[in-house]
Amino acid sequence: MSRYIARRAVIALLTLFVLATATFFLVKLLPGNPFLNDKVPPEIQQKQMEYYGLDKPVVIQYITYLKNLIQGDLGTSLKYIGRKVTDVIGESFPTSAVLGLIAIAFSQLCGLTFGILSAQFKNRWPDYLLMLIAIAGVALPSMVIGPLLRYAFGVRLQILPVSGWGSWQQVVLPAFVLSLSNLASTTRNMRASMLGVTTQDYIRTARSKGLPPGKIIMRHEFKNSMIPIVTNLGPTIATMIMGSFVVEQIFVIPGLGKHFVNAVNTLDYPLVMGITIFYGAFLVTMSLLVDIVYGLVDPRIRLS
Amino acid sequence: MNRFLPDDFEALPADSFDKEQIVRPPTTYLKDVWRNFKKRKTALVSLIILAVIVLMVIFGPMMTKYNYYSNDYGAVNQPPGGEHLFGTDTLGRDMWARVWVGGRVSLIIAILATIIPYAIGMVVGGISGYFGGKVDLVIMRLVDIMLGIPSMIYNILLMIVLGSGNILTLVIAFTITGWLSAARTTRGLVLQLKTREFVMASETLGASPGRIILRHLIPNTLGISVVGMTMTIPNIIFSEAFLSFIGLGVAPPNPSWGQLIKAASETFKNYPYQFTIPCACISITLLCFNLLGDGLRDALDPRLRT
Amino acid sequence: MSEQTILSVRDLAVSFDTYAGEVQAVRGVTWHLNEKETIAIVGESGCGKTVSIQTVMGLLQKPAGRIKRGEIIFGGQNVADFTPKQWRTIQGNEMSMIFQDPLTYLNPTMRVGEQISEAYLEHNPGVTRAQANERVLSIMRLVSLPSPVQNMRRYPNQLSGGMRQRVMVAMALICDPKVLFADEPTTALDVTIQAQIIDLMNGLKEKVNTSIVLITHDLGVVANMAQRIYVMYAGQIVEHGDVDSIFSSPKHPYTWGLLGSVPRLDSKNKSRLYSIPGTPPDLLAPPAGCPFAARCKYAMNICKRQTPGQYHFGKQGQYTCCWLYEPQAKERLHQAQQQRGCAHHD
Repeated sequence: MSRYIARRAVIALLTLFVLATATFFLVKLLPGNPFLNDKVPPEIQQKQMEYYGLDKPVVIQYITYLKNLIQGDLGTSLKYIGRKVTDVIGESFPTSAVLGLIAIAFSQLCGLTFGILSAQFKNRWPDYLLMLIAIAGVALPSMVIGPLLRYAFGVRLQILPVSGWGSWQQVVLPAFVLSLSNLASTTRNMRASMLGVTTQDYIRTARSKGLPPGKIIMRHEFKNSMIPIVTNLGPTIATMIMGSFVVEQIFVIPGLGKHFVNAVNTLDYPLVMGITIFYGAFLVTMSLLVDIVYGLVDPRIRLS
Repeated sequence: MNRFLPDDFEALPADSFDKEQIVRPPTTYLKDVWRNFKKRKTALVSLIILAVIVLMVIFGPMMTKYNYYSNDYGAVNQPPGGEHLFGTDTLGRDMWARVWVGGRVSLIIAILATIIPYAIGMVVGGISGYFGGKVDLVIMRLVDIMLGIPSMIYNILLMIVLGSGNILTLVIAFTITGWLSAARTTRGLVLQLKTREFVMASETLGASPGRIILRHLIPNTLGISVVGMTMTIPNIIFSEAFLSFIGLGVAPPNPSWGQLIKAASETFKNYPYQFTIPCACISITLLCFNLLGDGLRDALDPRLRT
Repeated sequence: MSEQTILSVRDLAVSFDTYAGEVQAVRGVTWHLNEKETIAIVGESGCGKTVSIQTVMGLLQKPAGRIKRGEIIFGGQNVADFTPKQWRTIQGNEMSMIFQDPLTYLNPTMRVGEQISEAYLEHNPGVTRAQANERVLSIMRLVSLPSPVQNMRRYPNQLSGGMRQRVMVAMALICDPKVLFADEPTTALDVTIQAQIIDLMNGLKEKVNTSIVLITHDLGVVANMAQRIYVMYAGQIVEHGDVDSIFSSPKHPYTWGLLGSVPRLDSKNKSRLYSIPGTPPDLLAPPAGCPFAARCKYAMNICKRQTPGQYHFGKQGQYTCCWLYEPQAKERLHQAQQQRGCAHHD
């Protein structure tokens, strides 16, 4: 197990290194420089270049950049003058994290339950109904369902606030919209996984012991069906982040996703890069954790 | 009592049984797949709807005298019906033309950004799986490391660097990230296939590795790859819409479904039709591709044969 | 019969509904099992032997598979009509099963001890965990699993193939079943381990009061374990007899073929291992007459026209379903026996 974790950790570190390097050189490829502006006199431009270290050779810049990165310095925002990228992240990430956690908990809880039910009622009406919900989650991406629900519940029915962050009412709609696609995919994956496990030989053994169907599901099918779901948690978190960009924009939530979209639209490159690297590191760490959980669920991995 | 015929106990003529007779109706792999696919009515209907959408995307813009880019400030925000079938947008552009041209852009990106990465991934995966050893180790480590970062992050970075706004940069960005999983899947399949008799047979006959990979291994992985591609297309449509929504997709005035949704989501309260029409298009397309992919996968999976 | 019959199957027929039509996997088989006896059902793969015992244990895959007709008498009741709930009181308790491949038939994510104790806890409500663990340890010792206390806490993939099969045996025996089904219990194992498992099962029969139904295509295993043999072909029983009779004077040409395909160490000639030419008939459309006629060297015209009845031999209950034993076929039988004799000695 420790060797397994060590191997995963090495890959994770390499991944981070590749991400950081790719980000750096991609930014260097950007046409022009961020301070090219006709209204600013050349001397000041020069000063700015020096301040940001942009006058030095690329290799030196790269090394400085890596050094700063290791110390957790992601640079300074262009838009919010003088503000560190890390401060922006530190301020807004908790909001996104809370929203994401609620959405993940909801989508996994519902998705697993729906998946199990759907597999048990295979090709009968509860299965069809649940698959309809699952397929709706696929067909209605957040940028479609978000504005629609916001309009329906916020503007028309006026039972939930349309924007903002703070009260629980303000969490309901964005969390639901954010969880929908994962709810759908978890339902589908869990159903497929359960149906796959049902035909395994060891389920036949369990039946030959005279166990009732409920015990066979809980003891034999559930844990084995969870293995592919756990491996899918990494991508699940990634889609959550993607979704948060859209959802925070629609519901005007002051999270990291909204900052990111604003930074893209105002060409605040250091902020975009910083947040990108932050998300990259976050996701790599998450998938490392998922790998470890995977090892705990499946003894074949843990013990080999 | 005469239970028996006179010749009953004579030896049976040697050729009275065709030993190789096959009672089950003969079936080939493709016939099997088609028979299975036909049974899945939802997949069949999805295929038909997709065909209609493709036709509309090609011929739809020709059905109106308006083009998708000309502003008409005399006719802004007109509701659907009458002169403009889908109405006009905030700049007075014809929504009918914009929706279908936008669909054209979305679908072209989706199809190119699916086929190109798959082709690359299949070749790389084929090489990696067939040669094994160090080649495999290096390629797969690389793929593992690159897959460690979600494609969304790369896509955003690449779009910023390549400059958002046109089909080509989007396809390049999706290709750079998309070949990884195709390579991994193909490699897994090739590893299973390469121990099979037909591969050994052609090796014995002296076929070159290139020929074995291209002629024997990759064609045998096609079935699963086609399912994968059918599932990838809606993902790309979604990703394009996502990038458009956060301001990194196709640049205005060029429409794409994502672009139209983003533009209309700002005026949703007043002109809901500008939002709902492209939404309906993208939702139906995503739905149909997913159902089609499900149907194909089930049809290709021999374990579901009953 | 003087011995006490504990399980008897009468005219059992099982079919599967598939896209191509009804596959008649089992077509009217009749057999019985006496107390403290081991019987073997022998035949090629696909002959219906596995389906018939899965049906007897209530493990038929529904709704595709269904019992078309017949009775399964166990404990004075026709269990063929049982509801799933009634079945569960028998399964793993009074009847249990050892499967072919111990790796795929054991749950990979559950500890071995837990898997063994499961049936015991299920069928003995009120038993505490501690009592169940005691029982598991004693049964693990019974099947000679080394260091039971440690192995109880292991997962199947940490055990060797032979140990895994011992776990399967322990699992099947934990409730002291009256009938133990063993479906190809040694096929997936190495030859040396096969012998160990056969010894184990023979030894256990002395210790626990269990009758065994063995299913196999390996006549070597049968000779070492069973008292009586049923030979099954294309969903029907074509020959039955005690082990001595079947091995010393087999009657059915299919049995001749099966015996001919067992490698013999004592044969002086270096002839090739005999295999029966052709394949079994497709049970989607079983042939009208004797199902073996198409592969039988000694087939007659009648074999294609009518299904043969039973012909009985001796006092040990040996019978066969083959037209060669009709008095009018005397010449043909003589011819066949001569040919067969030659085939053995040239």
